[in-house]
Amino acid sequence: MNARIENASRRNFLQGAASLTLALYLPGAVASAANAATASAAAPFEPNAFLRIGADGTVTVISKHLEMGQGTYTGLATLVAEELDAAWAQVRIEGAPADAKRYNNLQWGPVQGTGGSTAMANSWDQLRQAGASARAMLVAAAAQQWQVPADSITVSEGVVTHAPSQRKATFGQLAQAAAALPVPASVQLKDPKDFKLIGKRAPRKDTAAKIRGQARFTQDVHLPGMLTAVVAHPPRFGGKVKSFDAKAALAVKGVVNVAAIPSGVAVLAKDTWSAKKGRDALQVEWDDTNAFKLGTDDIFARYHELAKSPGAVARKEGDANAAFAAPARVLRAAYDFPYLAHAAMEPMNCVVHLQKDRCDIWNGEQFQTIDQAKVAGLLGLKPEQVNLNMLYAGGSFGRRASKDADYILEAVQVAKAIDGKAPVKLVWLREDDMKAGYYRPAFHHALEAALDAQGKLIGWRHRLVGQSILANTAFAGMIKDGIDFVSVEGAANLPYAIPNMLVDLHSPQDIGVPVLWWRSVGSTHTAYSTETFIDEVAAAAGQDPVAFRLALLEHHPRHAAVLKLAAEKAGWGTPLAKGANGERRARGVAVHESFKTYVAQVAEVTVKLDGSVVVDRIVCAVDCGIAINPDNVRSQIEGGVGFALSAALQGAITLKDGVVEQSNFHDYAPLRINQMPKVDVHIMPSAEKPTGVGEPGVPPVAPAVANAIAAATGKYLRNLPFSTDALKA
Amino acid sequence: MTYQLNINGAAHKADVEGETPLLWVLRDTLGLTGTKYGCGAGACGACTVHIDGNVVRSCVMPVSAVGKGKVRTIEALSPDRKHALQQAWIAEQVPQCGYCQSGMLMAAAALLKSTPKPTDAQIDAAMTNLCRCGTYPRVRRAIKRAAGMKAEDAA
Repeated sequence: MNARIENASRRNFLQGAASLTLALYLPGAVASAANAATASAAAPFEPNAFLRIGADGTVTVISKHLEMGQGTYTGLATLVAEELDAAWAQVRIEGAPADAKRYNNLQWGPVQGTGGSTAMANSWDQLRQAGASARAMLVAAAAQQWQVPADSITVSEGVVTHAPSQRKATFGQLAQAAAALPVPASVQLKDPKDFKLIGKRAPRKDTAAKIRGQARFTQDVHLPGMLTAVVAHPPRFGGKVKSFDAKAALAVKGVVNVAAIPSGVAVLAKDTWSAKKGRDALQVEWDDTNAFKLGTDDIFARYHELAKSPGAVARKEGDANAAFAAPARVLRAAYDFPYLAHAAMEPMNCVVHLQKDRCDIWNGEQFQTIDQAKVAGLLGLKPEQVNLNMLYAGGSFGRRASKDADYILEAVQVAKAIDGKAPVKLVWLREDDMKAGYYRPAFHHALEAALDAQGKLIGWRHRLVGQSILANTAFAGMIKDGIDFVSVEGAANLPYAIPNMLVDLHSPQDIGVPVLWWRSVGSTHTAYSTETFIDEVAAAAGQDPVAFRLALLEHHPRHAAVLKLAAEKAGWGTPLAKGANGERRARGVAVHESFKTYVAQVAEVTVKLDGSVVVDRIVCAVDCGIAINPDNVRSQIEGGVGFALSAALQGAITLKDGVVEQSNFHDYAPLRINQMPKVDVHIMPSAEKPTGVGEPGVPPVAPAVANAIAAATGKYLRNLPFSTDALKA
Repeated sequence: MTYQLNINGAAHKADVEGETPLLWVLRDTLGLTGTKYGCGAGACGACTVHIDGNVVRSCVMPVSAVGKGKVRTIEALSPDRKHALQQAWIAEQVPQCGYCQSGMLMAAAALLKSTPKPTDAQIDAAMTNLCRCGTYPRVRRAIKRAAGMKAEDAA
């Protein structure tokens, strides 16, 4: 069956179609959707880069952001459809091609990319204007045809109506005429009280495909003559190939080639299983001369040593050292956070078709123009000769926003190694994905609090030690005065009113483990240390954890409001049902802002006699400004809870002599359904501009649970993941 | 060697080594890509299919062991794609990234066949599939909805 990939970027695709006919495995419904898209393109009305209306009335919204599960496609389409007054059913979504001029992330400058929970926030005005502009042109076209004033025309559910003369037209009927009209210089956006889709329940546009096995992921791409590559990687970061013997690999049926590439040795075969068997048979000798050989125990020992000396100052208020000179009471706590793998369900992969003057890539593209530039640089092409097709990503959590384009460049290297003789699908097996690095960096935190005789918190010192994500990358320019802000976010901007504060940071540069942003980035560790430590301080001051925080949040009303809401909804201060047979139960609370979204959570926890922890319920209060799609907000917060609990209860990547010890889901186990708590999500009504929800549900989870465990057992857990040994009754 | 397979009610031939997991025969040989690769170790369930109505993790099922078993994949969960679970999945807006959902649905379909009104404990025992996006609360609700139960039933 010949058809185009449904969720590929169509326009670039058409440009390349003459030289590249794709035989894709496409079930009927997707093929017909692709055909419909072609039909709707016959007489398109394309008023701007973000939408197109076909003669059949189909409204195609062009998404500049990656859909990796977070609901972006649906959210962006909602913004356009709202101002266009389209019927939700006539809207479809298509991924944009890489183009920093038209499709840049407005919060990132001249870069197209998805991350930092910015997709809706940066598109809020842009895509509503795109929809409103198209609507104005459709109305103008109707006014011209009917010879009536434009302001006597209404639009609703995709139908343009002139009520006095009872004339109606569909978008499709007006598309051609509208296309001939000038684009309005400015448009009036709706008053929020008139919203019909924003703030309501607009069902996701990708659900139908995803419940039928029809959504297109990179893993599902199959091009004619394509080879699948599985790569043998060095066991240690920084290792190299010394020598290899391909004989046994080439003897495997289906294997057609073995090629050395900078990151290892690639086995290319006609199918995935043959490639894997070929790699199993491959003999490689590695050169570990320059490889990183420390274990995580060694790394933490070094971090603990570093924490004894002052680091680069990230925040200074008053005179913290003076506050510690003669306080009534000092509390101290130190925390260790492990490396964490993203472990998206779809392991990293990438399809490359390399030709003489162009390179086509199919990928769950998250950093479009960064990847494009890196691929172009490697191949000696111009960026516009690198054609990126954005497919659905089977999760990312930051991993596909690779600052080094690591797996994409590896796929290109494989294609290059065979001189582009065949399209190549690079497949990382789960073990490759787990061991490849680009982890949430391991961190060590040391905190100290000084209280005066009245129990008032007068001093706060917070020292962080961990690798910088931005160092030695294209983003290194964002490091100011030795501070990589993603290392200290959540710590340097601690909202509590404390007169004397010092936050400082060590960013060791000689640890050879690649690190990367991991769903909520710095807040994955800073929320934990600050929000558990503040609970310890509240206890030392003899105060209720909610009341203690509220007293320090006078200048942060949005923090305070979500904290109050979560406490109220969770029944904070009322008795919790007792556990059976000596099981200990308690509540714990945490509040944290990340990416300008404010989340408070109250965890209800049962600690069993053997020390195991059951998280029964998490009550969440979220202030993300205007909730564009409240059901999706709930969905993202629920998911954030699951993601965070995986890490808190059982997530750790460890190294021994430089070798990653985990390989698959038996030793790096994400949460399963039997461990998932009940999650109640309460959204704060707001008229503020929308902010993101993909990440902010994560940070408060672990500290809220830890605070509940402390309330139940009297034991503060300082290291993640939680050790159940410490909690035995 | 050539294996004769009954997949989604149709006869298929696959000329592969007998040890090849059914997953790769479905995906790479037959182009049925709805069934996903997640771990290759039977640990995540993204590759879940039915053989004679039973849940099988196809990534650890050698094709030689399939024999005359009737294989059913997500593509044929219901002839009109309106299985009660698919409808419930829409009503509860379950999928996020969607990669694990084929396997989730196949596991849930087998559960409801054997246990039409599952308790939470029965859902926990049957639904061992991994979802990294954390759709679990919605998976649970959707299963109950498809079973005609209220979300709070059988807690």
